[in-house]
Amino acid sequence: MALVVRRPQLKWWEKIYLPVIAKGLVITMRHFIRTLTGRTKVTMQYPEEKWNDQLPEHYRGAPALVTDEQDRERCVACQLCEFICPPRAITIIPEEIPSEDKWAKVEKRPLAFNIDMIRCIYCGLCEEVCPEQAIFLRKDYAITGESRAEMVHDKARLYEVGGRRVGLVNKWNDLK
Amino acid sequence: MADDLVNVQIDGTWHQFPKGTRMIEACRQAGVEVPHYCYHPKLSSPGNCRMCLVEMGMPPRPKPGEELARDEDGRLPIQWMPRPVIACANTVSENLGIRTESALTKSCREGVMELLLINHPLDCPICDQAGECRLQEFSVEHGTGGSRFREDKVKKPKNVDIGPRVRLDDERCIMCSRCIRFTAEVADDPVLGFTERGSHTTLAVHPGRRLENNYSLNTVDICPVGALTSTDFRFQMRVWFLKETESICTGCGRGCNTEVSSREGSILRQTPRENNEVNSTWMCDQGRLDFHYVNSEARLTQPLLKGSEGHRAVSWEIAVKTLADKLAGFESSKIAIIASARLTNEDLYLVRRLAQQLGVKELDVIARFGEDDGYLVAADRNPNSRGAVLVLGLDSDPGSRISGIRRDIESGKIAALLAIGEDLTSPEGGFSPALLSQLEFLGQIHHTANATADAAVVVLPGATSFEKSGSMVNVTGRLQRLAPVVPLPGEAREDWLILRDLLQALDGGNGAGSSDEVFTLLAHEVSAFEGRTLASISPLGEVLIETGETVPLLEREKGRIAKGEIVG
Repeated sequence: MALVVRRPQLKWWEKIYLPVIAKGLVITMRHFIRTLTGRTKVTMQYPEEKWNDQLPEHYRGAPALVTDEQDRERCVACQLCEFICPPRAITIIPEEIPSEDKWAKVEKRPLAFNIDMIRCIYCGLCEEVCPEQAIFLRKDYAITGESRAEMVHDKARLYEVGGRRVGLVNKWNDLK
Repeated sequence: MADDLVNVQIDGTWHQFPKGTRMIEACRQAGVEVPHYCYHPKLSSPGNCRMCLVEMGMPPRPKPGEELARDEDGRLPIQWMPRPVIACANTVSENLGIRTESALTKSCREGVMELLLINHPLDCPICDQAGECRLQEFSVEHGTGGSRFREDKVKKPKNVDIGPRVRLDDERCIMCSRCIRFTAEVADDPVLGFTERGSHTTLAVHPGRRLENNYSLNTVDICPVGALTSTDFRFQMRVWFLKETESICTGCGRGCNTEVSSREGSILRQTPRENNEVNSTWMCDQGRLDFHYVNSEARLTQPLLKGSEGHRAVSWEIAVKTLADKLAGFESSKIAIIASARLTNEDLYLVRRLAQQLGVKELDVIARFGEDDGYLVAADRNPNSRGAVLVLGLDSDPGSRISGIRRDIESGKIAALLAIGEDLTSPEGGFSPALLSQLEFLGQIHHTANATADAAVVVLPGATSFEKSGSMVNVTGRLQRLAPVVPLPGEAREDWLILRDLLQALDGGNGAGSSDEVFTLLAHEVSAFEGRTLASISPLGEVLIETGETVPLLEREKGRIAKGEIVG
């Protein structure tokens, strides 16, 4: 069945277009003047200016590892984030903490912890699944690099981005 | 036999079982899993975990002169007992009733789970058992999800070094005593026991002793929690990432059935697979840990040809052609072929064809003997000696011609030698590098760099037993299947493929496109294999020849089953 398209019935002043053109020019002039006088700010000077202070509280940026108040790495290499990661961006190689180490009683830590930031989709499942509260999504969004290798964040880089995070569950204290 | 069957009602349905069947086994056969920790069919049943508690009922005892009314099927009424019984140590009887899903059974399980978890640490993110932990599984299935315990958990020794291959975490132990019973009843090395009895019960190793017998890692397999972990596999990989492949161990002639776990092309552990004709549910530590060479740096990954400046990598075409041309250039009486009883029947069949093609008479394998340990390790340390004798058609004991070949090389009667799957300079081989240098030509097919390869003109990279499909015959004459677990490194190829190409280069091509096809050709030619195909070999293997040999460990187990000590 053919569909009948109703054309708008234009009045004579609409058909000559001139009033509408004039109306448009007035709007353009108003914006022009407001911009000239500095009353409207239309351009953010990125990358000199950043989005940071305008990002919402729940913004999900690059994932990073954190240490606790005693500078112990929270991650115990349980590999749940590696398992849950939808694009398989995370690779972990676990290792046993040597007996002479201060944190030997924790027994396990990651030897290598790599997140391929080309693969990462910033979904936040790693943060959600982590039983040790060791991985968090930061607000960093401009992740760049000149090679694929540079885009893989290794353990050192992840701790550098994550830093120390205090006041969270700490199951390795004396009480347990 | 019908007299020995008794009628048992399980969750409202009637079944028949032989008299003396344990209630837990009856439930399993009826398709109902009764959760348990301490019960293991190959060990005695002390009934100490209480997880398998079920509600039981029997016909009421009639008053003198009273006749109990039977229903239309002839069953007596069941009077349910107010207290539960353990299903692992009680046997079925006529007109018995079992309820595994009743309110009483459920509350028993919830109670036992809550008590077990009181002192169990919540370190699942660190514990290696996570993912295959019975405590995790039953906590989800039968637990309440919460704990009412507000006190401090009991502190016990952690990360205890109790043996060279096993690590103990006492806080995780739920005192099921499986490991204690295994070391005492199966391995005959009773070094484990409970001390500090009470709320501080601690699993400990006898003072001055260590858990170091060759079967110690079986305790890790049967530990339902993460109390005993393997030092070798510790913190290597979470179990849910592992891919399991069913194969057999090639450490000795026993051919223990195994499950090999790998991830992304590297093998991480090997565990025994139940086969009551070969290895029960056990395997020795030596065989279990004998897989690290697969990931070794010394693996051969390219065909090599020796020139004036040592070995250089060449293409497969050039390497195979060179080997074929060199061998064809010698008189057949001047060539010897030393194959290996570590090769599969398929590989050995192509070796036989190669020897026929070249007209070689000097053909043998290297023999390897050790001590039979009275459990599982066989005296014959080659996994496929029986197969080698059958397939190669050797008219003497395997390895008996080797000394003759050595003499002939010295006297110059043999000028060309092809070693397949063996390093001739190994202690069992007994060839010195000086002797090998007397040869005009030496070729080798092997998976790992070795002294024979150093001396060889042509070196072709082959496969380990973890990388090939095929079959082997164990010391008791059982035909079993090998499965490829991981892909081959670099350009290495399966041995049957190399030998097929070599045969084709010598104008004796057989056209086989897979190891299955090679097996079919073998079955046509060797009568013992007649009518079989590689794919039709059962996952548990099948008897190929009667050898009259028995497995000491299995014989003892049969004796204990007959005495009713274990279920088996």
